[in-house]
Amino acid sequence: MIALLIRDLRLTFRAGGGFGLGLAFFLIVTVLVPFGVGPESALLARIAPGILWVGALLACLLSLDRIFQLDFEDGSLDLLATAPVPMEGAVAMKALAHWLTTGLPLTLAAPFFGGLMSLPTAGFLWVFVTLLIGTPALSMIGTFGAALTVGLKRGGLLLSLLVLPLYIPTLLFGAETARRAIMGMEYAQTFAILAGVSAGSIAILPFAAAAAIRINLR
Amino acid sequence: MLELGKYAGAVLSSWGVTLGLIGLLVAVSWVQARRVKAALDAAEARRKGGA
Amino acid sequence: MEDTRVRQHNDRWNWFWAWANPVKFMAWTGKALPWFIGLTLITLVPGLIWGFFFTPEAEGFGSSVKIIYVHVPSAFMAIQAWGMMVVASLIWLIRRHHVGALAAKGAALVGLTMTVIALITGAIWGEPMWGTYWAWDPRLTSFLILFLFYIGYMALWAAIENPDTAADLTSVLAIVGSVFAFLSRYAVNFWNQGLHQGASLSLDKEENVADVFWQPLVLTLVGFGLLFVVLVLVRARTEVRKRRVHALMTRERMRDA
Repeated sequence: MIALLIRDLRLTFRAGGGFGLGLAFFLIVTVLVPFGVGPESALLARIAPGILWVGALLACLLSLDRIFQLDFEDGSLDLLATAPVPMEGAVAMKALAHWLTTGLPLTLAAPFFGGLMSLPTAGFLWVFVTLLIGTPALSMIGTFGAALTVGLKRGGLLLSLLVLPLYIPTLLFGAETARRAIMGMEYAQTFAILAGVSAGSIAILPFAAAAAIRINLR
Repeated sequence: MLELGKYAGAVLSSWGVTLGLIGLLVAVSWVQARRVKAALDAAEARRKGGA
Repeated sequence: MEDTRVRQHNDRWNWFWAWANPVKFMAWTGKALPWFIGLTLITLVPGLIWGFFFTPEAEGFGSSVKIIYVHVPSAFMAIQAWGMMVVASLIWLIRRHHVGALAAKGAALVGLTMTVIALITGAIWGEPMWGTYWAWDPRLTSFLILFLFYIGYMALWAAIENPDTAADLTSVLAIVGSVFAFLSRYAVNFWNQGLHQGASLSLDKEENVADVFWQPLVLTLVGFGLLFVVLVLVRARTEVRKRRVHALMTRERMRDA
């Protein structure tokens, strides 16, 4: 119930902009790639799942520093720390809110952007499915990174530096599963691991992120 | 002198890089250690003198 | 605070943890350091000289096999250093011994240097052997990832002003990071073998090495290990002293104010 409250808090924040920004960024990245590598559709189709994954990942990264920053500045993070909700729950709700405002829109948009990349029709579904499974992990890992850097004035660049290496397994298994499925190869194994990485991140990282928040508020 | 044959460049450059970087690391650690020790000695001396 | 102290006093392992008390740490490392430096010199220098001058060429490798004596020990220490940092971070988080955090901080640059050496010597060796400086082989990729983790860890240390906060946060990062680093190590196996069947680039170094190459290699491995110990001790001592300077300066400023 209180979790819901936190989400409401988050939704009001959404009105402050930033919701569409990630999507626009994702679109621009996708549009830029053909300019960079050339318009040959066979090549584009081959790299499309990877580009969509990297684009979604970067778009996700953009909004991370805003997860805690406003709450930290106006002191509501301190209130949260003393509130009866466990910090772990609050952090998980923050990650959920980030996913709902960033990860989910990106996932929904990805198949359409895939059209720009000459992605074969079968690929639409797989890019969508892998992103749907993978983006919650991206939000959760990002929330952990944001929790580490919340007290810093210019944490944005550092945040990317910390979070990007942590994104490697998710990106790798996500894009690999999509690629294998599109090429008609065996994909069950990598798909299972992607789901495992995602579930593991969601299960464990709230504790690490909550610990980091507590340290930063001390 | 040792005959390294056609791999001379590879062998010498990798050994050079290794020894160079380790030397640099040792030097940096050494200089930092010296500098901080001097600063600490100075601070301790001021404390004893002042108190 | 008091509780912690009482608990530490009653701890059966107190004699062990006492070694991590900053004053005692400075005392015993001060005494032990010359010995470690001596041991490093008598293993590393002969090991390197043996490896460079007195080893034969290997079939198929020619003299390039001599790179093994710098490549393998540095790669080995690059991984060991990260492991040591994680253990030291855990000691700091659980037992609140400052020396743990400071040793981890001191080890980071050493580990980073070893990673860079392993990557560069690997690339130099790769060019004549495989015809390319870089390939997205699982081992190479894992080291690149390790390199990124070292950089992130050191950047976080540098960014936070309060030393205790920095120690806490970097420790959390080291622990979470190693889970993901391990996962990445496992992940890259799928990724490369999935699409690119064919040339397997990794040589089974440890298995196919004859004694003539193995013996000097062991000596250099021990030498690099000892060098790592020496450097970490020196750097941790520097950090302990830095803390002390910081404390004294703060006190002076308080008195002046």
